[in-house]
Amino acid sequence: MTSTVDGQLPGVALPKSELLEMYRLMVLIRRFEEVAAEQYALGKIAGFLHLYIGEEAVAVGAIRAMDPADHLVTHYRDHGYALALGLDPRRCMAELFGKATGLVGGRGGSMHFADASKHYWGGYAIVAGLLPIAAGLGLASKYLNQRRVAVAIFGDGATNNGAFHEALNFAALWKLPVLFLCENNQYGMGTAVQYASAVREMYRKACAYDIPAEQVDGQDVIAVYEATKRALEHCRSGNGPYFLEALTFRYRGHSMADPETYRSKDEVEEWRRHRDPVIRLREQLVTHNVATLEELAALDQAVEEAVAEAVRFADESPEPDPATLTQFVYADPITIG
Amino acid sequence: MAREITYRDALREALREEMYRDERVFLMGEDIGAYGGSYAVTRGFVQEFGPDRVRDTPIAELGIVGLGIGAAIGGLRPVVELMTINFSLLAIDQIVNHLAKIYYMFNGQFTAPVVVRTVEGFGQLAATHSQFFENYFAYVPGLRVVAPAVPKDAKGLLKAAIRGNDPVIFIEHSLIYRNRGVVPDGEDFVLPLEGAEVRREGQDVTLVSWLRGYYLALGAAEELARAGIECEVIDLRVLRPLDIETIVRSVQKTNRLVIIEEGWKSFGVGAEIAAAVQERALDDLDAPILRVASVEVPMPYARNLERLVVPNKDRVIEAVREVLYRRLPVPAAD
Ligand SMILES: Cc1ncc(C[n+]2csc(CCOP(=O)(O)OP(=O)(O)O)c2C)c(N)n1
Ligand SMILES: [Mg+2]
Repeated sequence: MTSTVDGQLPGVALPKSELLEMYRLMVLIRRFEEVAAEQYALGKIAGFLHLYIGEEAVAVGAIRAMDPADHLVTHYRDHGYALALGLDPRRCMAELFGKATGLVGGRGGSMHFADASKHYWGGYAIVAGLLPIAAGLGLASKYLNQRRVAVAIFGDGATNNGAFHEALNFAALWKLPVLFLCENNQYGMGTAVQYASAVREMYRKACAYDIPAEQVDGQDVIAVYEATKRALEHCRSGNGPYFLEALTFRYRGHSMADPETYRSKDEVEEWRRHRDPVIRLREQLVTHNVATLEELAALDQAVEEAVAEAVRFADESPEPDPATLTQFVYADPITIG
Repeated sequence: MAREITYRDALREALREEMYRDERVFLMGEDIGAYGGSYAVTRGFVQEFGPDRVRDTPIAELGIVGLGIGAAIGGLRPVVELMTINFSLLAIDQIVNHLAKIYYMFNGQFTAPVVVRTVEGFGQLAATHSQFFENYFAYVPGLRVVAPAVPKDAKGLLKAAIRGNDPVIFIEHSLIYRNRGVVPDGEDFVLPLEGAEVRREGQDVTLVSWLRGYYLALGAAEELARAGIECEVIDLRVLRPLDIETIVRSVQKTNRLVIIEEGWKSFGVGAEIAAAVQERALDDLDAPILRVASVEVPMPYARNLERLVVPNKDRVIEAVREVLYRRLPVPAAD
């Protein structure tokens, strides 16, 4: 047994402030997503809305482990990544509302969050399409002798796609600093992993390319954080790519249109009740006297206000100016036509 | 000062000069290094610049373009090569769904200045290796599509593509690599990435084409000149953005238009040009716009059959005669 240091979890070197920040971010993502669903029902948000509820520990654990200079590219279930990176919830919500103040000015919506200033090069909505791009970011880092790692976050479904295999091969062949972080939430839309993948453990697919790989409990934010730290260190030290599979679960439908005919309510309840990442961290923090219930309640309350403020901001923000419709198709001028 | 060099050498000069000018420029593609490039455009480059800057890749077109995108976002200037345009279909998701979208979709926050060099053509290569897909790319907002016919453009436009901030699909033609032409000296010879060029003036009919089609148009124009018919020959050079104004100005003079394209006629670049011209200059047209294009079959291997498929000079001449002398049906008198 490791002895308990005041304000720390046993065996975990993280200070109390970081643990509370992880907690706050997970609650923020949870509440942001729940409120987004409400706003969807009210017609304030349209199109595809893929919620991250249940998977919060993966984004928070992994992204808190990254260096500020590291690159991030992700798939479309991306609100959690943006919030974990510390992006403004108001601008995130405004993007869902299709407003000019959104992260990408209302151009992308739910699936295409991005913030170049944080090296978050975007959420991509073509399954697996981001993976070669991540490898390319790794190539740039290596070419320029930087110590930046390119982190790619994607789903189990992406691992069955050719783009995944091309990207892994390139990254391994050229020893690129790329962390492939696969969120195995057991489903790709309504297709359970065992009906889509010949191999049920995603991390085993990395062995074909000699990429070191491991599985981590994606409901345990500390475990995700620590595994990601190690993986990033591996990549940063010039050892090439690393593959992490986080076992997780999405509580809600694939998108708002999902009737969830393909799985039982019991299965979902089981994860909600026994493997919830927020409850787990809360219990750890309280049990080990890192924080009191009152402290956590104060954080919950602050999140509640931040999310309400995000909705207010999004609601009051202007729509994109129609005059900007054709802006940013080309970066260099076109004088003809 | 200027020299006469081949189309291939013009491309080689452009790549070498840009690689010396900017360390961030690197090449990536199948067999471009040790093998020297399928069409020898990069022969000797890996010896000159080393394997980090001239990267042989696996046969993974989607990955090649995708890595190019990531590298560009990460601060490099990738020039990626797709061995032929036939294989670009394996990369089309990266090109259309990613490369073309990044600047707009993320609200102008960052660009992906990737140059995708590729080549089309034919030569008894049969159905899967003899296709013309410039229309697939010219359709897509966000891409620039360049298709140079002469060495001067090959060099000046490739350098511009590498220096620019937009993604460029740069299409070469396998049957014109040895064509010679005058190219200005100097490393700063760079052309704007837009605008067609009137390469031969004439008042009787306008011929529009690009890549090898331009040479067919020119050949037909020379032969027709001996018969007293003066063709105006326009080389498009860049397909997107399309310089429709230059075509319209010419049609306002000649009142007749023939488009020569090597791809299939249906849904092709020629269809777009014809539509755009009639939108602006219907009243100037004295004859229907004709397109000389490939016969709509998968390309056959046999030499005689292949010759029947692709446009040739005689078919261009035939089309010119048709727009000049076709009798429009006379309305029946009451
Ligand atoms: C190439 C492609 N095919 C199909 C789709 C439709 N689609 C969107 S998400 C999805 C499931 C992806 O599952 P997974 O990668 O496991 O991510 P998750 O949604 O579970 O987070 C599908 C099939 C798509 N966006 N892209
Ligand atoms: Mg999944």
